[in-house]
Amino acid sequence: MKENTENTGKPTNYYVPEQSNLPIIGSVGLFVLVLGAGNFIQGTTDTVSQKEGSLPEFMASMGPYVLTLGLLIVFYLMYKWWSTAARESMANMNSAQLDRSYRQGMLWFITSEVMFFAAFFGALWYARVMIVPWLGGEGNNAMTHALLWPDFNAIWPVTTTPDGTTTQAMGPWGLPAINTAILLTSSWTLTIAHHALIDKNRPTLILFTWITAFLGVIFLGLQAYEYYHAYTDLGLTLGSGIYGNTFFMLTGFHGLHVTIGTIFLIVLSIRCSKGHFTPENHFAYEAGAWYWHFVDVVWLFLFVFVYAL
Amino acid sequence: MAHGHHPTGIKRWLFTTNHKDIGSMYLWFSFTMFLIGGAMALGIRLELFQPGLQFWEPNFFNTLTTMHGLIMVFGAVMPAFVGLANWLIPMQIGAPDMALPRMNNFSFWILPFAFTLLLLSLVTPLFPDGAPNFGWTFYAPLSTKFGPASTDFFIFGVHLMGISSIMGAINVIVTVMNMRAPGMSLMKMPMFVWTWVITAFLLIMVMPVLAGAVTMMLTDRHFGTSFFDAAGGGDPVMFQHIFWFFGHPEVYIMILPAFGIASHIIPTFSRKPLFGYASMVYATASIAFLSFVVWAHHMFTVGMPVAGELYFMIATMIIAVPTGVKIFNWVATMWQGSITFETPMLFALAFVVLFTLGGVSGVMLAMTPVDKQYHDTYFVVAHFHYVLFPGAIFGTIAAVYYWLPKWTGNMYNETLGKVHFWFSIIAVNLTFFPMHFSGLAGMQRRVPDYNMMFEGFNQLSSIGAFMLGFSQLLFLYLVINCIRGGKGKATDRVWEGAEGLEFTHLPSPAPYHSFEQAPEVK
Repeated sequence: MKENTENTGKPTNYYVPEQSNLPIIGSVGLFVLVLGAGNFIQGTTDTVSQKEGSLPEFMASMGPYVLTLGLLIVFYLMYKWWSTAARESMANMNSAQLDRSYRQGMLWFITSEVMFFAAFFGALWYARVMIVPWLGGEGNNAMTHALLWPDFNAIWPVTTTPDGTTTQAMGPWGLPAINTAILLTSSWTLTIAHHALIDKNRPTLILFTWITAFLGVIFLGLQAYEYYHAYTDLGLTLGSGIYGNTFFMLTGFHGLHVTIGTIFLIVLSIRCSKGHFTPENHFAYEAGAWYWHFVDVVWLFLFVFVYAL
Repeated sequence: MAHGHHPTGIKRWLFTTNHKDIGSMYLWFSFTMFLIGGAMALGIRLELFQPGLQFWEPNFFNTLTTMHGLIMVFGAVMPAFVGLANWLIPMQIGAPDMALPRMNNFSFWILPFAFTLLLLSLVTPLFPDGAPNFGWTFYAPLSTKFGPASTDFFIFGVHLMGISSIMGAINVIVTVMNMRAPGMSLMKMPMFVWTWVITAFLLIMVMPVLAGAVTMMLTDRHFGTSFFDAAGGGDPVMFQHIFWFFGHPEVYIMILPAFGIASHIIPTFSRKPLFGYASMVYATASIAFLSFVVWAHHMFTVGMPVAGELYFMIATMIIAVPTGVKIFNWVATMWQGSITFETPMLFALAFVVLFTLGGVSGVMLAMTPVDKQYHDTYFVVAHFHYVLFPGAIFGTIAAVYYWLPKWTGNMYNETLGKVHFWFSIIAVNLTFFPMHFSGLAGMQRRVPDYNMMFEGFNQLSSIGAFMLGFSQLLFLYLVINCIRGGKGKATDRVWEGAEGLEFTHLPSPAPYHSFEQAPEVK
């Protein structure tokens, strides 16, 4: 954390926004969203037994509509909130101090995202280092193996689970390696664009921001194809035991973040074309760049621990 | 900046960007949840007054213990501290408001919706198989394979609470790092601010991990994954590891701000500066760091390798060192002080003594061999209620008495405040002290029935619990009475020995926007 040495001015012009209806819209939106999501999940999976004509059954049938409504409110909120923030920034309402607040806030948000991925990486490492050897009888677990799952072969990737579900593993070379190259390239193109922004080179800025977003789209396309290949050719699904679980949860949440980052970059490209950013005032651009680099670094960890090792 | 314009009515609260309004909403929300969670605790104590089953079906009893824990942890204690942070941090660092005011209001307003979602699970027509009943720790497979339908809504409720906590924590850190008055270097910050910065860091680090844990629960329940199922190559014990990686820092999230509060109140009423300020800061940071590396002491009985148990035992005991530093600093602050015993001081003293008691039973629980006896007994219940009720809750109550005159401009009724204190402290010990004995004798937690021989201890606990619960209504009356005028006007300094920008630089009641001009801190 940067030591607060330059905080010697008079922070009396700190912009405290007027009353805003955005937070309450967002809260209602999130509530409707998760209410719908819960009912949708319960309605589409068979884990919950519901009597015909009962209230839970009705709620489950409403799930898709409530979920859609919730998504619409949340998307509206995001558009509204960030366009408000962008307008305030371009109206020069933000002091240098508020700019620092936004930057630090974004860094801490990315920190929290890192910890979200840490939970799933933790699950992966715990499974590889602890669970699988134990199920194979290591340590004091010889009887677990001998009595419960004598046929279980403790190898990673777990291509045959203790209860006998089988799958094939996804190799690292091929699509994953190409995707690694694409993401690394995209970080490079984004840095070129960022330097162009600082050097007031608008054409390069716009071009390379679009290129970066385009590389994100290609990555997502290849990832979708890889999933299709996994499901149809390899028999590797989300339900294929711990290997499939960690594979799809980690790459899936990463893919979700790439999607968010790509949308972020597309919005930034449009804003670049409209001339929203100056070399001095472009917090949104930097936030997007930081987010993209974060997504890139997560992928490197994925490539090493999910695919290669 | 909004000058002199005071919005009124419901819009003031729904649309506000003011740290004081948001702080008030957090505190009232917290108190409401405190009463709901408290009513559930009384339901538990009612059943446990006698052995045998009198009032509730066993499953509903499990629901009561689960919901009581969840509501108190996520609904009462955490929002209470966020409310205090909102009220106090801008005033204490000389800022006009929190750094990100709109996000501040967003993080509050998510909470009532999240708890509506959680409490909906108690509505039988919606959830015929009942509310969450697997304990507030929601261990797999109880919560995955055997969880009722309402578990999914509980999962999403936890997601919402996490979003709220992370946004609140980001706001606190950014405010403190970026909004301090000129001259207020890090090592001149008030202790409450320090403890909250560290708490916010813990929140940012562990709330996402909790979100990950409940997400894996959701996919295990509905999408065919087997993270917590050995048949698919997972492990239910892994749930406990992930949960407690969140859960142990979480218990410090629920106590560090109370440490900060005690570090303000004790110096004021001892009329001496805080002893060992720097060591207090470093001790708090050490506790926070250690909280990340001790989580498996909650799981000594699951069958970890012995080396793991040894490590987690020793690491856990090390926490007693920085905690001891804090306790001795508070005692040294009082040493040769000119002490008076106003209500905040009484609660702060009770906090120091009774929190220490809970801490010491924690050291006992940290010992692996003995924990194998204590695990899941009422001894554990006694331990964590001693650190939570006289710790976190007394800390919050002390803070409210201490700063209420500054917030409202009025003095509360000191006599009734003392009555509230004495009822609370007698009742809290009557409720939780006998649990040590019943636990050591082998009474298990989370069971609605028990052996005849525990009846005496349980009856004491139940009588104490009702006394404790109802004496908090006196607190409610005192706060409302104070807001409406109380015992006359408070001075700007409020307390003779009070230090800090909020007492020395702001009038009572504090203005709507704290510092329009940044004060100079020498």
